[in-house]
Amino acid sequence: MTANNSIRRTPLLTAYATLVFAFIYLPIVVLIIYSFNRDGVGGFPPRHLTLDWYRQLFADSALLDAVLNSLLVAAGAVALSLVLGLLAALALDRATFPGKTLFRRLVLLPLILPGIITGLSLLMFAVFAGAQLSLLTVFLGHGTALISVAATELFAGLQKMDRAQEEASLDLGATPLQTFWHVTLPNLRLPLIAAGLLIFTLSMDEIAVTFFLIGRNNTLPLEVWGRLRRGITPEINAVSTLVFMLSVGLIIIWYRVRRRAVHGDVN
Amino acid sequence: MYSRTYKAIVSVPPLLWVGIFLLLPYALMSAHSFWAVRDGFVVHQWNLHNYQTLFSNPVYVRVLLRTMRIAGAVTLCSLLLGYPLAYYLSFLAGARKELLYQLVIVPLWVSYLVRGYAWKTILGSDGVLNGFLQYFHLTREPVGFLLYSPFAVVLMLTHIYTPFVFLPIYAALEHIPRPLVEASQDLGAGPGKTFLHIILPLSVPGVLAGATFAFALSLGDFLAPLLVGGASGTMIANIVQSLFGAAYDWPLGAAISVCILLITVSLFFVTEAFEKRWSLK
Repeated sequence: MTANNSIRRTPLLTAYATLVFAFIYLPIVVLIIYSFNRDGVGGFPPRHLTLDWYRQLFADSALLDAVLNSLLVAAGAVALSLVLGLLAALALDRATFPGKTLFRRLVLLPLILPGIITGLSLLMFAVFAGAQLSLLTVFLGHGTALISVAATELFAGLQKMDRAQEEASLDLGATPLQTFWHVTLPNLRLPLIAAGLLIFTLSMDEIAVTFFLIGRNNTLPLEVWGRLRRGITPEINAVSTLVFMLSVGLIIIWYRVRRRAVHGDVN
Repeated sequence: MYSRTYKAIVSVPPLLWVGIFLLLPYALMSAHSFWAVRDGFVVHQWNLHNYQTLFSNPVYVRVLLRTMRIAGAVTLCSLLLGYPLAYYLSFLAGARKELLYQLVIVPLWVSYLVRGYAWKTILGSDGVLNGFLQYFHLTREPVGFLLYSPFAVVLMLTHIYTPFVFLPIYAALEHIPRPLVEASQDLGAGPGKTFLHIILPLSVPGVLAGATFAFALSLGDFLAPLLVGGASGTMIANIVQSLFGAAYDWPLGAAISVCILLITVSLFFVTEAFEKRWSLK
């Protein structure tokens, strides 16, 4: 008998949990349903289901450009933050240097601070450095802020890793670089993929930091933001639904990868 | 086992990068908060004037207090929704646990902006909720007070932070050794007593972590007020944003930012200390 069975099932708590789930999913469901509503957003019940908004979406070059810009920034941010996050995780795991605690806290700061603080700090830095605001500044901002995510995931991976493998590799005559490439990196495959997917999604979505670093070319969230001020159209529902599907797709990919990896370990 | 070269190669680049692209910007913000604006230019004249303005101007104080109230309400609501959910999943969900856990995680991946936008379409006077109410003849006129109010801001932020609050609480509940719970019940304590004396105290670190996160991030939010808050839902970060935009007073904006930063960081320090005291060793 486990404790799960001995705690009385209370219908009240089940009902409450169901309501919380309903609350969490209500906006998402509404969003998706109204992306198919011919009469636009609002009104009840939705009628005249149509794909028109999706068709409009694919003819909307400004929106498509924004999607492309976001993909570009996100891909760059993943690369930058994974490289620096990996080095930072290795440094935290293996090296000792003055100010290590400060360094660790500093790296994590963008994760716990409201985005506006990091965004404004970076804006001041860009002005101070005489940099023109553009997708490049957005990319640098995302890449830097998201080192926190990469470093956290990869540090946890390093802590779980068996160092004897690396020792054996070095003892058997492999160079440190070979050891890193053939032992350390493969061991970190899962945290690297997890961090990469997470950083990609976070960057695709990011708005608070982007808000202050954006130049003339919009990312998708900023383009959507600009349109919201002009009024609501189901086209935004349509693009949001697609981004939602992309996110869910990424999560499914992640679980596949993880399950296969776990399976591989067993075999 | 790692050579000095190895250690240098892994630590120097991130140290330099973080120093230049994080430490320097945050330092620059702090420096700005002690500078002044003259004739539309920021002048490097060190003074405490911005902090004086901040604490003597009733508008700023009022908005700061309102922001704290909203952040507090969001934290409380997220806990009231997140804790029972975590408890249900950890102790009662049985075989469906994994699936339900994933269902809580999925919305975390949905854009902040998109979810805010969804609430806007639900709460608006020609929105989904009003359409629903009128369709079923529950109200005759559209209900106008739903959108553009502090209520809407609390609702939207609660929706966003409930999964964030859920996660650490769930992790804490999962770490409670089940024999402890069984022992309590075998010795005659009812579910209520077991919860109060065993489960609740052991989940405090999770509650603290989730609450701090929700409070800190709500405190500096400026998008929810712009999307659904209206004039009565203006928060402190909106003032910062306008000081960096149309109002053009970067030093004053920086001073407010530094305050938000200090509140957030000290909050995390306090929580960390508490978590250490409460966690099961």
